[in-house]
Amino acid sequence: MLTISRSLYDKIVAHARADHPDEACGVIAGPAGSDRPERFIAMMNAERSPTFYRFDSAEQFHLWREMDDNDEEPVVIYHSHTATEAYPSRTDISYASEPQAHYVLVSTREEDTTEFRSYRITDGVVTEEPVSVVE
Amino acid sequence: MAIEVRIPTILRTYTDGAKQVEGSGSTLAELFTDLEQRHGGLRERLVDNGGDLRRFVNVYLNDEDVRFLSGLDTPVKDGDTVTVLPAVAGGAF
Repeated sequence: MLTISRSLYDKIVAHARADHPDEACGVIAGPAGSDRPERFIAMMNAERSPTFYRFDSAEQFHLWREMDDNDEEPVVIYHSHTATEAYPSRTDISYASEPQAHYVLVSTREEDTTEFRSYRITDGVVTEEPVSVVE
Repeated sequence: MAIEVRIPTILRTYTDGAKQVEGSGSTLAELFTDLEQRHGGLRERLVDNGGDLRRFVNVYLNDEDVRFLSGLDTPVKDGDTVTVLPAVAGGAF
């Protein structure tokens, strides 16, 4: 299960809405091993695309080093789908490389409702998990 | 002195869990061939069949993405740090 605060949940949704119709992406870092998402980092989508995302490689390098220095890890890796459901695509599954992360998918295809779902992706296997939003 | 190579979580199965390993070589390609001697299977995760860097692997020499240097032909020397990170990517299809 992903447990996430209301304010971090709202930040992900706001980022996805702001970048629509392009895909938005980012990370919520937390203390290594804690499974607690705490620090929100919106990342650039280097592809600037409605159907693809990729972290900018320099920005990713700096963030990963910063997390290493802070003894943090990417607890949540999120991105949006802007015309399809919030379910990992074939490419999402093949590039998933952080087995300890919660992969959050947000769909902005409907204007007034946002799908927000979370998955584990390990060795090509997708497991959806409940999301608990805490105030 | 050697070249320090930082290994991401997902590839630590090839390094007995080590976060960093050491290797030698005068280019990145030579370094990866050297690492393969002690960490079998690692090179294939970094280099494709055509001998190019895999598309969804980022490799940095110190803090520079080697794609903006000379890719696998990038010269390396003792004291350098090479960092491997899987690209974070995906899409709608």
